[in-house]
This record gives sequence, structure tokens and C-alpha cells, in this order.
Amino acid sequence: MTVLQIVALAAVAIGGTAVVLAPDPLRQVLVLGIYGLMLTMLFFVFQDPDVGLSEIVVSTVGLPFMVLLALRKVGEQDRERRRQEEEQE
Amino acid sequence: MSRPVRLSLFGVAGAGLAAVLVIAFRGLPDFGAYHGVYGQALDGFGVTLRHATDLITALNFDFRAFDTLGEEFILFVSVLGIALILREMRGEHEAPHQGEADEHHFADASHALRALALGLTPGLIALAVYIIVHAQLTPGGGFQGGIILGAGPLPVFLAGRYLRMKRIAPHVLVEVADAVGAAGYALLGISGLVLTGVFLKDALPLGIPGHLLSGGQMEVASVLVGLEVSGAFLVAWSEFLDQAMVVESGER
Repeated sequence: MTVLQIVALAAVAIGGTAVVLAPDPLRQVLVLGIYGLMLTMLFFVFQDPDVGLSEIVVSTVGLPFMVLLALRKVGEQDRERRRQEEEQE
Repeated sequence: MSRPVRLSLFGVAGAGLAAVLVIAFRGLPDFGAYHGVYGQALDGFGVTLRHATDLITALNFDFRAFDTLGEEFILFVSVLGIALILREMRGEHEAPHQGEADEHHFADASHALRALALGLTPGLIALAVYIIVHAQLTPGGGFQGGIILGAGPLPVFLAGRYLRMKRIAPHVLVEVADAVGAAGYALLGISGLVLTGVFLKDALPLGIPGHLLSGGQMEVASVLVGLEVSGAFLVAWSEFLDQAMVVESGER
């Protein structure tokens, strides 16, 4: 195993932990995107550029966009609910 | 369950899992020391039999093309599900301003940002087409290129032009791309059935290895998968976008 492979494995281990420990969903999405880049590096140094390409497009474009839009929607509904509760009081 | 109990339960389970994983990983062959007969056979025959220099694409679109058919329809059906659920929700909360989404939602998007988006969109589309049509030559293929193709219109949205983006990628167009890609792949299989008697068997000339038009049906399959994936992701994204931008839970 080369040094590059060990570094990539360690980066994925640290990145995965960072995603789990990120407290705020919005920041978690960004950390997840960076974690995806680390996974891409891992696939690349283990000689699988095909899966690396899939990973980079899914983790940096495909998934975060949907999660961000869903978060926006949820936040909007939360604000709306809070306002209705205030009106009732 | 109290916190200490949960933590100790996790500790026991985690230690057990770690022990099992260590034992399992010790039995793994070293990286690069692969002994599977099937893999080595494919590795040897990829270029000579199928004239494809990217073995992964030869696997996806030729040797195991039937698996790809299933995967393609997994994506198709899941996007169908998203559209079904989100459109049903939209019907329930028909917003009063529907259709005239706030075009100046990010009115403070700078000119530099808009210029960047203008430059990114054609660049992304060109990159996507390159990756899709070079499927059998270099890493990448219909799936990877398809998502990049789908991401092409997104910078326009990010520059604050939601309605403009809908004009570049209207619902009808992305739905047709999704459906044509999915159906086309199945029809490609049936054409193999008609021409050679075997479902998804390659009936096209294989060409010279390394040339753009080589690998027979892989090129066609890659383009079809690219269409399907880009359409599928754009359908999903625009459903989410409609939910977030057009359908309002209440007045602002």
C-alpha cells in the first residue's frame, strides 16, 4: 500500500466522522460534499476513476442540491407554523 | 433508555463490530492481488473481444448490459415516485402566485456571478457530451456524463434566474429525455433480440479500438443512459425547485 492510499483512507475516515458530527444540517450538506471529494480521491488512488467520476457528480451536484432545497422548504414551513402559533396566542 | 445505558450498549456493539471487521479484513487479499477468474477473463477480453479500451464501460454496457437495464429503471421509477408525491403535494397547496415565481429572488446576484453562470452552462454541457460519447474510450460514461449534462442548466438558477432556467430545461423536455432514454435502452435490447436472437446482444460493427465510433452498441447505450440520467435528475431537481421556489407554504 502506498502513502497516498493510506492518506486517502485516513481522510475518508476523518471526513466520515466529520459528517456525522456536524451539528447543523445546512453545514452537514457542505461537509458531505467535501467528504465526497475525499471518497473520489480514495477511488482514484485505488485505480477506479470510473467510480470516482460517479462519486464526484453525485456527492457534489446530485445530492446536495436536493438536500439544500428540501432544507429550504422545511425551514419555510417551520417559520410559517411558528407565525401561526404566535397569531393564535 | 437512559444515556449511559445506550452508550454502554453502543460500546459493546461497536467493539463487537470492530472485532469482526478486523478478522474479516485480515482475510482480504492485498490490493491489486485479485484472483477472481471472471474478472481476469473480462480484463483479458475487453479490448480484443469488444474493442473498448475502458473495461468498466464494456462491463456496464456490453458484458453486463442487462444489469444496467435494471439500474436504469431503478432510477426511472424513483424519479417517477418523487414527481408523483411532490406534484400531489403541489395540488393540495396550490399557491396563489403560482407560475410567477419571484424572478428577482436573488436580486443581489452580481453581474460577475451571472457572467460566470453564462460561461459555466455551455462548458458543463460540452464536458458532459465529451464524457458520454467517449464512454468506451476513457473513464466515465452515460451515468457520469448524464448528471453533468443535467447540472448544465443549474448555474442559471444559481445566478438567480429560476424562470430562465425553466426555459432552458422545461418540464416537457426533461420528461421526454428521461422517458426516451429509458425506453431507448430497452428498445436497444429488443433490437438485439430481433437482429441476433439474443436480448441486448451487440449487432453493430465494433470498429477499431481507440476510435470514437468503436465498441458497437456501447456508444448508443451510453448516449441513451446519458439522456435518461440527465432527464431523471432534472425532473427530480425541478420538482424540488418548484416546491422550494414556486409553491409557497403561506404568504411571505
